[in-house]
Amino acid sequence: MNAALTIAKREIRTYFNSPIAYIVLTVFLLLAGYLFFGSLFIERQAELRSYFNLMPLLLAFIVPAIAMRLIAEEKGSGSLEMLITMPVPDWQVIVGKFLAGMALLAVLVGLTLVYGITVMLVGPLDRGPAIGGYLGVLLMGGAYMSIGVMASTFTRNQIVAFIIAFAISFSLYLFYRLLPFTPELIRPVLSYLSVESHFEAISRGVIDTRDIVYYLSMMVVSLVIATLSLESRKWK
Amino acid sequence: MPELMIQVENLTKFYGATRAVDDVTFNVRKGEVLGFLGPNGAGKSTTMKVLTCYLAPTAGRAQVAGFDVFDNSLEVRKHLGYLPEDTPLYKDMTVLEYLQFAAAMRGMASDRSAKRIKEIGGRCGLHEVAGKLVGELSRGYRQRAGLAQAMLDDPDILILDEPTSGLDPNQIVEIRQLIKEVGKEKTVILSTHILPEVQATCSRILIISSGKLVADGSPDELRAREKASRYRLLVEANGATAEAVKARLGSIKGVSRCETVLGEVGAHAFSLYAAGDEDLRKVLFRAAVDNKWTLLELHREAASLETVFRNLTTREEVKS
Ligand SMILES: Nc1ncnc2c1ncn2[C@@H]1O[C@H](COP(=O)(O)OP(=O)(O)O)[C@@H](O)[C@H]1O
Ligand SMILES: [Mg+2]
Repeated sequence: MNAALTIAKREIRTYFNSPIAYIVLTVFLLLAGYLFFGSLFIERQAELRSYFNLMPLLLAFIVPAIAMRLIAEEKGSGSLEMLITMPVPDWQVIVGKFLAGMALLAVLVGLTLVYGITVMLVGPLDRGPAIGGYLGVLLMGGAYMSIGVMASTFTRNQIVAFIIAFAISFSLYLFYRLLPFTPELIRPVLSYLSVESHFEAISRGVIDTRDIVYYLSMMVVSLVIATLSLESRKWK
Repeated sequence: MPELMIQVENLTKFYGATRAVDDVTFNVRKGEVLGFLGPNGAGKSTTMKVLTCYLAPTAGRAQVAGFDVFDNSLEVRKHLGYLPEDTPLYKDMTVLEYLQFAAAMRGMASDRSAKRIKEIGGRCGLHEVAGKLVGELSRGYRQRAGLAQAMLDDPDILILDEPTSGLDPNQIVEIRQLIKEVGKEKTVILSTHILPEVQATCSRILIISSGKLVADGSPDELRAREKASRYRLLVEANGATAEAVKARLGSIKGVSRCETVLGEVGAHAFSLYAAGDEDLRKVLFRAAVDNKWTLLELHREAASLETVFRNLTTREEVKS
């Protein structure tokens, strides 16, 4: 695991040495802030609902932008060859990259704790949904992030990696919206696969292990596929 | 530690339909500095990528330090230091940070890593640029940083892909000196498409052409192997055509091949290759006299490594 942490540390530094982290940060905080303070001033309601409600869609866009460079950039520059010929198993490379993306996401989400604090200052804060919401955002972000890392192993082009990751993440988001229009038969499947149905429960403060298992298995499956994809250079 | 540090058996590698390496077999003994010589696109980098576990062979086997590159890749990589072609280092790190990163990736303990970075940094002449970003280094310093990274964990085997390409003559001499020094204790494989490179640094040469191994031996062995010496003739032939003279010369006993080359006005020029060791100059002179040609020039060249290389690699290219 040490190598994964070493890689994560390096990647985090690279994030904050390049404009991408700051661009993503600004876009995210502006959009989230608009929603949160909009409801605060217009509806005169101090709550986090509107902020959390937007997360499944906003993260489906923001997280692929964070993850797109993680492997694709190194494929393009050739440094990947240097990295994966070091005596480190391929899965540690993938996990290290994933952790770096998650660290940046945690910073983003951490900054929005301001909203929670604001609510606390102006009125009573409903603890359960707040804690559940922030936890859900991280879990959902983790699922998106692992998909982003996976997409980043498929290509040396960061834009292509972004589009693949966004397409998958957005589909997982859309499933929930499409539920009313789908046949009875596949509805449970779509509902299970949808990121939003699981998030909904958590952000209401209902922490169900099945929802957590859903997000964790999303991460495991995507990261395993990412590792296999990295190893595919060795397929005969 | 096994005596044979690298064993490659019938290695073949396809990229899609392109055969980049074709049934290559060779061994490298401990302490050898092996030069991997061949024109661009010969398959040198591909072979190295297999040895460093970046790619898997399509067919055949490769063992490094006694471990199979495919089945036991982690062990193989622990014994290797690798400098890929074009030295793709992280440009946004300083040299010191890069070396610290490489040491951490190799799981080196922090006190040992600090000691080694200091030592290797000194040997590679990196102290004055330790705080500079890799992206801002000159090509020569970047190459040295790459070399330092490869040697950091004191590996038994170093694999260096074109370590001197793109350097100026002074830098080339420095890097060669460094490799030679390292080669005293380590097994080194370096690739190059420049002949003087291997003559200057290597104890053994492999020549590869279009993916095939065409020669394997010490510089002296290779020179001896290519016995055929070459003759250059300039003949004034009293109106006989170049074709006629060429046919006559080609029929002389001991001549293996005769080629027309660019001559002068009124004279024909030829390159002759002898089949054996014996000196053909007398025979050629007499042939000229018998045919009433005037011999303007007759020059014998002993086989140089240059001709060995050119013969081996161009012949193969014509065939394929
Ligand atoms: N990634 C690749 N995909 C397809 N063909 C490749 C790839 N890398 C190298 N080749 C081809 O394989 C052959 C050998 O290349 P390489 O090993 O790089 O040669 P060298 O290092 O001797 O110049 C060349 O014909 C090259 O075009
Ligand atoms: Mg090459």
